[in-house]
This record gives sequence, C-alpha cells and structure tokens, in this order.
Amino acid sequence: MSDKYILRSTAIAARVMGGEMIIMSAKDSTLFTLNGVAMLIWQAADGRTALSEIVKNKVCAEFDVDGDTAYRDAVEFTEALAQHGILQISEGPIPEPPAPPRAAP
Amino acid sequence: MFPQAVEDGTRFDPSQARVSYSVTLDIGGIPVSLRTTDQDFRRLLEDRYAGFVNVSAEPKYQFDVEIAPPRAVALDEDVRVTREGGGWQVERGDFQAGWDTASSKGWIRQTVNPYSADTLLRIVHSIGLASEGGFLLHAASAIRNGRAFLFVGVSGAGKTTLSRLAPPDVTLLSDEISYVRKEERGHRAFGTPFAGELGRGGENTSAPVARLFFLHQGPENRIEPMDAPEAARKLLRNILFLTRDEDLTQRVFHSAVEFAEAVPAQRLVFAPTARAWELLR
Repeated sequence: MSDKYILRSTAIAARVMGGEMIIMSAKDSTLFTLNGVAMLIWQAADGRTALSEIVKNKVCAEFDVDGDTAYRDAVEFTEALAQHGILQISEGPIPEPPAPPRAAP
Repeated sequence: MFPQAVEDGTRFDPSQARVSYSVTLDIGGIPVSLRTTDQDFRRLLEDRYAGFVNVSAEPKYQFDVEIAPPRAVALDEDVRVTREGGGWQVERGDFQAGWDTASSKGWIRQTVNPYSADTLLRIVHSIGLASEGGFLLHAASAIRNGRAFLFVGVSGAGKTTLSRLAPPDVTLLSDEISYVRKEERGHRAFGTPFAGELGRGGENTSAPVARLFFLHQGPENRIEPMDAPEAARKLLRNILFLTRDEDLTQRVFHSAVEFAEAVPAQRLVFAPTARAWELLR
C-alpha cells in the first residue's frame, strides 16, 4: 500500500481553544472542529512527513490504539478534509507553496 | 456674486448648476459621507438615519451617489463584494458601488430607495472593522447600568422580542445588527441604525461589552453556561461578513476567537415576558 503525504492549506484560519482546534476555510467560511487526535494529525501535516509516520509517531504514541486501525481512520479523516480544500493529499512529498504577498486591508 | 463667464470663455448657465448635499452618517464612530444632488434621496437618508447624522464629523469614507432611473429589481439577490486593484467593488441588482482603499473615496449608483445605501453601509463598516479587530454581528444589543449585552440569534430566535420587552432603564443599541469594536482594553458595542422587525434603529451611543448571550426561546427564563470554543463557533456563524476575501476572512476569524476568549458567553433561555430582563443586570 502506498503511503500518503498531507499538507495544510494556507487559505485557512485556525486556533486551538479548550483542547480542540477550530478551523475556518478562508475560501468559503466553512467551520471545522478537530478533536485531540485529529489535531495531532493536522499539526503534523507538513507535506514532508508520511501519514504512516504521523500515525505511528504521534497518534499511536499518544493514544492506546491499534496502528492499522489508526491509519485507516487517519486516511478517512484526511480525505474528508481534502474534499473541503483545507488539506492537500499526495502520493509523494508536497513542497510548501511560497507565502503569498499580504494584501492591504 | 455669480461669475459671468468661466476661464474658457463659455457663459455660466444657471440651469446647469447643481447643489450637492452631503449627509454624514456617524455609525460606530466611523463617519461615512454620502453626497447627492437629489433632494428626495437626501431627505430619505436624513429620516432613515436620524440620530446618526453628524454634520460636524470628518468623514472617513466619502461616496458620491448617482441616482439611476427607477426600475424593477429583485432585492433578495445576493450581493457580490470583490477586491479589485486598490479598492472594492460591490454589486447587487439594485445598485453598484466601489471605493478606493487608499483615498477612502467611492461611488454608488442606485435608484431612490433606502435599501441600497443601507447594504453598502453595512459592507463598508464590516470591511473597515475587519482590519481593526471588530465586526458586525447578527445580534440585538443593549446597555444596562453602563454595560453592553449582546444577544446573538438567527431570525426567529427572539432578538426583536427581547428588545421589545426591555424595561425603561435599558438603552437599545439594535434589535438586529450589533456593532463591535476592539479597544485597548476589551471590546465596545455601538448603536446602529440597522433595524430588524422592531422597525427603528438603536441609540447612537456605546458601552463596554460585558456579556455575550445566545438566545433560545423556552418555557422559562434561565441562563446556562457555555464554553469559549462553542461560543466562538456560534459567534463565527453569526458575524455579518459578505466578502469572499481570504485575508479579511482570516482577520475576522481571529477577531471573533479573541472576542469569545475575552467576553463571558452564556445561553439565555427566555420565555417571551419582561421578566427575562430580571436576569440581565
């Protein structure tokens, strides 16, 4: 099974509050709330670290969960976020895009 | 004395002379001037925004109003707001408008009606507030004992009902759209002329925001706790922001989260009687 690489979109706004993460898509203002496990995956989504490594080193290290089950759940979760355009998934490492110039208010 | 001729030698024609009227609307401490040559439109503005007209305020934004011939338009059409070059363009079936960010000067082309300029004002203020940590909110608001309370709710949640039930010592800021600005120490709520079913605008005054309530009508009056993440999510769903602009959307997000972290939020379950205000002191 090929591994996956994930990268957070820059077109979002996010903040950790009360142990959960609130994310808003800056494209369509859709809101998402991530729980503790989801937040670990999200924060590790740097485009360079394979999803299997993230699951092994972050999720399984933090929570008492079977590795295969955790990986399947992580794939499902990341695909759902990707459908909303706030996460990018690829079969290989994803280079980070250059930061866009900040527009004037 | 009238000049007899202008420099290029053409005769002055009094029939071509136009008087411009500037009506400056001071909402939230951000004056917006609308300049028109149409007396009917000027009167309409002065009547609709009575209490918010400030002849001595230095306008932060200035708009020239061009009155278009009357025509049938669909007022329920979505408004489109886009950033173009160094400014903003706004368009809906009943009007077009635009302004330059650097000069804060713009134009609006509309028929004589109260809704087009009203929508433009809301957009101008929401964009202006976004860059300074404030926002417009679908909420009623009121001042009691020098402190402002915000009552957030969708249509039918009870914003106007609660406003109607307010006792005489309560100053209403709005029954529909509340105005929040960030200050050095906390947040301040301002009155707005943007009315809901109450049919009249709020008082042109302000006070520090003390509490944020989310309205639910129920069989009895009670206040329930709400944690900051839930308050932030509900707040974000009720902020008036019509612009699909990534930078400003991110700013509004962070402003709302900061507000939810700073201002105590609760759920106000209320029966539609004046006794609900006994909980709000």
